Amino acid sequence: MTMKKQIASASQKPIAFARDFFSYAIKGGNLYYGWLLFLSFFVLVGLYTAFVQMTTGLIVTGATDQIVWELFISNFIFTAHIAAAAVLVVIPAYIYKRKDMKDLAVLGEIIALTFVTIGLNFIMFHMGRPERSWHTFPGLGIFNFPNSMLTYDIIVLNVYLGINALAVSYLLYMRYIGKPMNTKLYTPLIYVAVAWGPLIHIVTAFILSSNAAISMWHTAVLPFAFLSMAGASGSALIIIFFLLIRKFSKMDIADSVIDFFSQVMAWSLGIIILVFAAEFFNELYPATHHAASLEFMMHGHQGLDAYVPWFWATMALIVIPFFLLLSSKIRKSYSSLLPLVSFVVFMVILIEKPAVLVFPAFSPTPLGEYAVYHPSFIEIFNVLFIWAVGFITLTLLTKGAIGVLTGEVRDSNTVEASGGAK
Amino acid sequence: MSEDKRKSKMVEEQDDGKEQDNGKVKESRRDFLKKMGVAAAATVAAPAVTAATAEAVSLGETFQSHFELMSDAQKEKAVARLEKRYTEQFGKQTTVANTPAPDGVLFGYALNISKCIGCRRCVEACVRENNQSRDPAIQWIRVLKMEKGNHTFELENLDKGSPDSNALGDYGIQSGGHADKHVGLSGSAEHYYEPEQVPEDDAIYFPVQCQQCEDPACVKACPVRATFRDPNGIVVIDYNWCIGCRMCQLACPYWARRFNWGEPVLPNEDMNPKTHYFGNRPRMRGVMEKCTFCLQRVREGRYPACVEACPVGARKFGNLLDPESEVRKVLATKKVFRFKEAYNTDPKFFYYMD
Repeated sequence: MTMKKQIASASQKPIAFARDFFSYAIKGGNLYYGWLLFLSFFVLVGLYTAFVQMTTGLIVTGATDQIVWELFISNFIFTAHIAAAAVLVVIPAYIYKRKDMKDLAVLGEIIALTFVTIGLNFIMFHMGRPERSWHTFPGLGIFNFPNSMLTYDIIVLNVYLGINALAVSYLLYMRYIGKPMNTKLYTPLIYVAVAWGPLIHIVTAFILSSNAAISMWHTAVLPFAFLSMAGASGSALIIIFFLLIRKFSKMDIADSVIDFFSQVMAWSLGIIILVFAAEFFNELYPATHHAASLEFMMHGHQGLDAYVPWFWATMALIVIPFFLLLSSKIRKSYSSLLPLVSFVVFMVILIEKPAVLVFPAFSPTPLGEYAVYHPSFIEIFNVLFIWAVGFITLTLLTKGAIGVLTGEVRDSNTVEASGGAK
Repeated sequence: MSEDKRKSKMVEEQDDGKEQDNGKVKESRRDFLKKMGVAAAATVAAPAVTAATAEAVSLGETFQSHFELMSDAQKEKAVARLEKRYTEQFGKQTTVANTPAPDGVLFGYALNISKCIGCRRCVEACVRENNQSRDPAIQWIRVLKMEKGNHTFELENLDKGSPDSNALGDYGIQSGGHADKHVGLSGSAEHYYEPEQVPEDDAIYFPVQCQQCEDPACVKACPVRATFRDPNGIVVIDYNWCIGCRMCQLACPYWARRFNWGEPVLPNEDMNPKTHYFGNRPRMRGVMEKCTFCLQRVREGRYPACVEACPVGARKFGNLLDPESEVRKVLATKKVFRFKEAYNTDPKFFYYMD
C-alpha cells in the first residue's frame, strides 16, 4: 500500500465506522421502533415547551425566590448518581479482572457519557441565561477558581464526559477494525475514569453542602448519601438495562453479572438507610433550627403539608426494597420480581431528589418563610424532553455498541474475525 | 421608643406575583399535581408580556466581556450601547453612569429597630429609585413584622410540659409548659402584613436587605465572578455577565438576592433614567439583582433612597472610615448588633436600639 492510500484509508475508516455503527443502531424490530417513537413524542412536545421556556424565562417553571431550584437541577443530581455509578461496571472488569464483565465495561461507559450529557442538558435548562454559558469557558470567560463549587463541577463533568467519550469510541473503533487496543493508552484512561466517577458525585454533593444558609444541606453526610444512592439507583438501572440487552440481543450476559448488581443495590440501600438514620438523629435529637426542614417534611408546618406523603413514601420505598433484596429468591427472579424492585428503586431515588432533597430544603427560607413547590406543565414536559433525548441516545449508542461487540458491525476489510479481546 | 410612635399611613404596595403564589400555597393543602394547573395557566399569559417589553440586544452587548476586565474604550462603548438601548426601549433619554468608586470610603449602614414603624416607605422608594420590575414585582427590602415583647407566659402552663406522665410512670417534667412558645424576636415573622395603619400595637419591625458583607458568601459562590465586592465594600453584580445559575441566591443567609424569573416589566413612566452600570440600570430576564446601597447615588455623595425616604429617621448611612460620620457615631454610642453573626459574613449593615 502506498503512503497516499494509507492516509486515505485511515481517514475513511472512522467515517465508515460511524456510518456502519449508526446504520446498525437505527435498525430493529417493531418493539424497537415503538420505543424510539414513544420517546420521539416527548421530543416533539419538548421542542415546543423548550421554546416557550427559552423565550419567556424560568418564570414558566414553579421556581420562586423562595424555592430557587426547580425540577431541572433536581434531575441533574440524579443523572450524576447514574453517571457516577457507571464505574460499577468498569471496576469489576478492569480492577477485579472479572471475565464475565470484560465486554460489558464499555456499556457502563456508554451509560456514564449519556447521563453526563443528560445532566449537562438539565443544567442548560436550569440557567437563567444559557446563551451566556461561554462565560464559564476557560480563555473566553472567567473561572472563579478556587472559590466557586460550580466551577469545579463544570470542570469535573466535562472531563468525565471527555474521558468516557474517548474510551468508548476508541474501544469500539478498534473492535470494528479488528485490531488490538493499545493498552498503554487505554488502561490509564480507564483508571482515571474509575476515579473520576465518584469525584463528579462528591463535587456535586459539595455544590449543595457548601451552602451554609440552607441548613438541611449543610451536612458532611451528603457525599455519602449521594454515593450510596448512586450505588442503588445506578445498579437498578444497570440490572434493567442488562436484562433487556440479554433478552433482545445476541449479547451474552451471565447471571453472575446480574447477581453482582443486585447485591450492590441491596447494600447501597442499606448504607442509605444508615446515612439517613444518622442524619435524622443528628437533626432531631437537638431539634434546633437545623431540623426545621426535616420536621417540615415529616409533619408539615401550620397546615402546609404537601411534602409529608412524599417523604414517608420515599422512606418506605427505600427500606422495603432493601429487605426484599436480602432474599435470594427475589434476587434470582430475573424475569419478574428483580426488574420490578429495580424499577421501584430507580424511581424512588429519582423522586427523592426534588421531593425530599431539594424542594423542602428551601423551607424555611433564610427569613423564615415556608412554601411548597408546584412544578408547571412546561417544566415537566421539558424534563421529559431531556430524558427522552437522553434515552434515545442511550438506546442508539447501546444498540450500535452491541453490534460491534457481537461482531455484526465490523470493517469489511478486516480479514481475521474479531474476538481476540474476548 | 414611644415618642417616635407617630402614626404613619401605610404605604400601599403590590406584592410580588410570585410571592402571592406562595401566599396562596399557605392557605391550601393541595399536593404537587393539583396545583400544576395554576402554574400552567400563569405560563400561557406570560409570552405576550415578553414581546411587548423586550428590546433587541445588540451583538456587541451579547458578546461583551466582564465590565471590570474591559478597557476604558470598551467600557465607554458598552455604556453607550446600553444608553441607546434603554433610551429606545423606555422612550426617554437615559444615562448609564460609570462613575468610579470614591477613594478612601467604606460604606456602612445602621438601622434603628426601635424607631422603625414598618411603613415600608423604604421599600417603595427603593423600587422607584432602582428600576425594579413591577410585574412580577421585585423588592430588595423585606420588612419583617414580629410580635413585640413577651405575651405567651400563662399561669396554667406552669405545671405542664413534656413528656407528660404516661403508663411507664411519672418521672417528672423535663421541659416546662412554655417551652414550645416563641417569644418576641425569636418567634416567627410576618412577611405580608397589611394593616390599616402603622405602627401596629405590639409589633416590632425588622427590615432586611443586602447586608453588604465583608466576607460575602454570594461572591464566593459565583462561578463567573459576575458578583463581586467593589472598592467601597458594596457587593455589586455585572448584570451582563451573570449567567443566572443562582448559586449566590442559595449562599446568601439574608435572603437578599432576587432573580428575574421572567422578562422584567417596568412601565416607561415609572422608569428612573438616571442610572449606573452596576446600580439601577434596568435588568434583563434571567439575571440576579440586589440592593447596592443605591450605588448610583452614593458614588456621587448622596444618600441611598431608603435613607431619604424613612419618615422616622431610623436609617443612617455613611463612611465607616470616617470617625465623624453618622454611622460611626451610632456604632460608638448605641446598642448595636449584626444580623446572623453566626454565619461569619461580617456585614456592614448594623442594627441598633436607642
